[in-house]
Amino acid sequence: MPKLTIDGKTIEVADGTSVMQACEQLGIEIPHFCYHDKLSVAASCRMCLVEIEKMPKPVPSCAQPCAEGMVVHTDTPAVRKARRAAMELLLINHPLDCPICDQGGECDLQDQAVAYGVSMGRMREPKRAVAEKDFGPLIKTAMTRCIHCTRCVRFVDEICGTPELGGMFRGENLEIGTYVERALTSELSGNLIDLCPVGALTNKPHAFQNRAWEYKKTESVDVLDAVGSNIRIDTCGNEVMRVVPQRNEDVNEDWISDKTRFAIDGLTVQRLDRPYIRKNGKLEPASWDEALALVAEKMHACSPSHVAALAGDLVDCETMFAMKTLLQFIGSPNMDCRQDGASYDVSSRSSYIMNTTIKRLEEADAVLLVGTNPRHEAPMVNARLRKRWLRGGCRIGLVGDPVDLGYPYKHLGDTPDALLSLARDEGDFSAVLKNATKPAFLVGSGALARSDGNAILNVVKMLAEYFNAVREDWNGFNVLQRVASRVGGLDLGFIPQRKGFGTQAVLNGAAEFVWLLGVDELDFKKIGGAFVVYQGHHGDKGAQRADVILPGAAYTEKSATYVNTEGRPQHAWRATFPPGDAREDWKIIHAVADAYGVPLPFKTLEALREKMAEAVPLLATSDSVEKAPWVGAGSIVGVVNVPFTSVIDNFYMTDPISRASATMAKCTRDILPLLKKEGTA
Amino acid sequence: MLDDKDRIFTNIYGFDGPDLASARRRGVWADTAGIIRKGGAWIIDEVKNSGLRGRGGAGFSTGMKWSFMPKPSGLPHYLLVNADESEPGTCKDRDILRYDPHRLLEGALVAAFAIGAHTVYIYVRGEFYHEALVLQRAIDEAYANGLLGKNAARSGWDCDVYLHRGAGAYVCGEETALMESLEGKKGQPRNKPPFPANAGLYSCPTTVNNVETIASVPEILRRGAAWFSRFGRPKNTGTKLFCISGHVNQPCNVEEAMSIPLRELIEKHAGGVRGGWDNLLAVIPGGSSTPVLPWDICGTVLMDFDALREVHSSFGTGGVIVMDRSTDIIYAIARISAFYKHESCGQCTPCREGIPWLARMMARMVEGNATVEEIDMMLDITKEIEGHTICAFADGAVWPIQGLIRHFKPQMIKRIEEYRKKAKAA
Repeated sequence: MPKLTIDGKTIEVADGTSVMQACEQLGIEIPHFCYHDKLSVAASCRMCLVEIEKMPKPVPSCAQPCAEGMVVHTDTPAVRKARRAAMELLLINHPLDCPICDQGGECDLQDQAVAYGVSMGRMREPKRAVAEKDFGPLIKTAMTRCIHCTRCVRFVDEICGTPELGGMFRGENLEIGTYVERALTSELSGNLIDLCPVGALTNKPHAFQNRAWEYKKTESVDVLDAVGSNIRIDTCGNEVMRVVPQRNEDVNEDWISDKTRFAIDGLTVQRLDRPYIRKNGKLEPASWDEALALVAEKMHACSPSHVAALAGDLVDCETMFAMKTLLQFIGSPNMDCRQDGASYDVSSRSSYIMNTTIKRLEEADAVLLVGTNPRHEAPMVNARLRKRWLRGGCRIGLVGDPVDLGYPYKHLGDTPDALLSLARDEGDFSAVLKNATKPAFLVGSGALARSDGNAILNVVKMLAEYFNAVREDWNGFNVLQRVASRVGGLDLGFIPQRKGFGTQAVLNGAAEFVWLLGVDELDFKKIGGAFVVYQGHHGDKGAQRADVILPGAAYTEKSATYVNTEGRPQHAWRATFPPGDAREDWKIIHAVADAYGVPLPFKTLEALREKMAEAVPLLATSDSVEKAPWVGAGSIVGVVNVPFTSVIDNFYMTDPISRASATMAKCTRDILPLLKKEGTA
Repeated sequence: MLDDKDRIFTNIYGFDGPDLASARRRGVWADTAGIIRKGGAWIIDEVKNSGLRGRGGAGFSTGMKWSFMPKPSGLPHYLLVNADESEPGTCKDRDILRYDPHRLLEGALVAAFAIGAHTVYIYVRGEFYHEALVLQRAIDEAYANGLLGKNAARSGWDCDVYLHRGAGAYVCGEETALMESLEGKKGQPRNKPPFPANAGLYSCPTTVNNVETIASVPEILRRGAAWFSRFGRPKNTGTKLFCISGHVNQPCNVEEAMSIPLRELIEKHAGGVRGGWDNLLAVIPGGSSTPVLPWDICGTVLMDFDALREVHSSFGTGGVIVMDRSTDIIYAIARISAFYKHESCGQCTPCREGIPWLARMMARMVEGNATVEEIDMMLDITKEIEGHTICAFADGAVWPIQGLIRHFKPQMIKRIEEYRKKAKAA
């Protein structure tokens, strides 16, 4: 714990703290470009130079560890001169094209030029120009603006594990690029846009749209995977213009996946903006009154035991709670939130959440991945695993498809047999798990959606118990959910009630009336002749089969609760309004209930949430994870020895929103073939 | 003048063979085991007492550098021999490599033992193709005769020597860039701390020494620190290889005592300045990166670390570049600036952006296509760059310009005025 003096103020800091971090703790701002607290230190921009007594030269505060008795000055003439010099030298070759640069208004160089720059350039020589590079459909380059901070290079090297970028040539000819020009393949590449302190790497789909300061900014939660990344939605009028990450150290740190960031252009196309009713085999526009009346009539027409509701992947807790309440009122026990057909035992919460939590994965010293490709199912969890691996002292094993995860792992096989042989102490990875103090097991939702899902769950639970991963201080058993609605749905008990049936039975034609809440991933032919109500926001597969379409709201258009794969309830906030006649989903259900004649016991969202909190108290909490009580492994009988396969074929198109996105289509065209070729997908 | 008997590098002109038998005849590998038996502490003390300062340019005490190496901790220690001699005007290491490689290998073994290293990498400049062949032959010979490898030279110490050829980047002569390059990365200097002695090659304790430094160590130890420190002035002791090039009658490499007057060095060994001493314009005393000295200072200055610092120049590598009055000094310095522009690694802002700027201004100064104010502006820019970068490359790149402005500003102003006159006439 060294004690040092900065600008006359004394501070005691933790070992290994850099002078810049110590300054930050004191509220002293040190200008910098290349330094980023999640990346390794380059110390090359030379903007953060400070004076330290007894040191002959000014030192970069980002790279200088604090030492006992150090006396630091951050505002001396020499420091000011050094900053002005760095600023002048950065600007001599920087095109002063701020008026046409997308970074304008959120540009580090611009801000710091105001604070530390001079108003006149002294260079008479011609400026440097650099040829643009094609980094694929997501990132627009203007390499002449590059100030060579190498944040991007360090990011893809360290965080992504896809070392695709580097500095080519040297001196003033130094260029950042992929050497042989190609698209970046990392699923986290969009973060380069935020990292780039200047306008060299900008958001390609968002190019020349608006200025950053013109946006209304709404903090919310992403739902395109089950991680629940914290995001900020920037809107202009009623349109979502872009999504950027919000720091949440427990969940997504500073990053989001490319799907989260770029799929939003799908929010404006293929939208269901008015009710439709199928007449003579064709869907035709209808009014709300007609649609509601028809739905109520059809519900009345069949017995409650043949009414079923299924919830899709993007559905929020409030909607499911309203639906469940309605079904209970009319006396139907048939509901399911698992459209992938998973039917494993969900009586205890610890069997379907990530008990370790994402942040504590960093403590694990051995990790076993079962039937999952975390890189595509939960990119932020994969980034955490890579971070853990990078720190050293953690071995990772995989049972399943041997894809490139961005870190080395031991491939133990692709069938459940490989799991059983671990339990028999066969192979050296068994010894790794045995010697680990904090082993973690991650089983993918794909492995649990198989017909033997329950047995697989129990095998992994058994392994977790066998390798002492379930203790008072550590629970290493994790289910890596893939879709945002799942944990919330299971928490709400949106599963077949007593004597009820679920997805499988609906697909066998058991229901006469099926209400689909954003369900698009089913083989709809199997539903048979049932009357299908589709409530959702996109004209995707589910809407094509529907007899009545009730247009709902997408995740950016409603205030709602989602529970991520850790079991962390988080609130999303409405950033825009649903288009046209579309409405918030719980209100639609409420309206149908009124038409049916069983008014629901809540009139406002707040009232709904109160009722929901009564039913499931933990949904009233926000951004915290409750420890789930452990229920031991059950029977492992019934394991079928067929290989685990990837659930995601195309990372860029997994849900109605990303399927509607033109940007994601471009990624599918340009990046996916590269991924397939390199064994990532 | 240094007596022949006091010379360390007895084959610097290649009159004798570089092979083991010839080297043994010259006294190389004589009782190396005996030196090592005296222990690492003794060796480091003796080198410290001899006052040997690094011969690569920075002039840091060699014994002191070795004493920074941590105690054995399970991590391997490494000795890197910096044979990436690329400084214009310097060609001493090259002649050691090709004429006296066994002296280097013996030194490598002794130094490796002193710092607890079992592995030595010799990083040879890429352009030194022939030298690398000779050195590799010498390494093979040494292995075949039990002088390297297990129980090297019967000293009980295991020492492996590997030759690694660079790819021709000047900056890879900077010790941390050298390590990066050796690790297979792009040759860019690392930020310090951590210093190489704590975390160097592959993050293990590492010492980097110049070829000449390492090669002189066994002879110092054989003859004793007192013998070595007899030469030169206090703190600037020993003998040193000087490389004299440019407008002299006989350009040469020569081993001389430290602190020899520059004039004596040039007149005795290089046959004097072309056209006589009075025809001298300026001397760059220690390789291209050191500031130029005008005629009047050259007449009196001593060639050592401290004397040259007093006249705002630097001893550098001992590469003396002599320029007579036929030289266009502005062009000469502009050429040096162009060299540094080409060799900057591009990592730090001041160096990447500033040095090309200066080089282009220098190119204009050669014609005179500039303003008088720009001379002061250039000086200001050199101060913006100097000391603000990760490594000393940028310092070395701006010093020649600072030297030029310090001593030859009137000539620069004259050039500008002539250009103006010509432009007006046209």
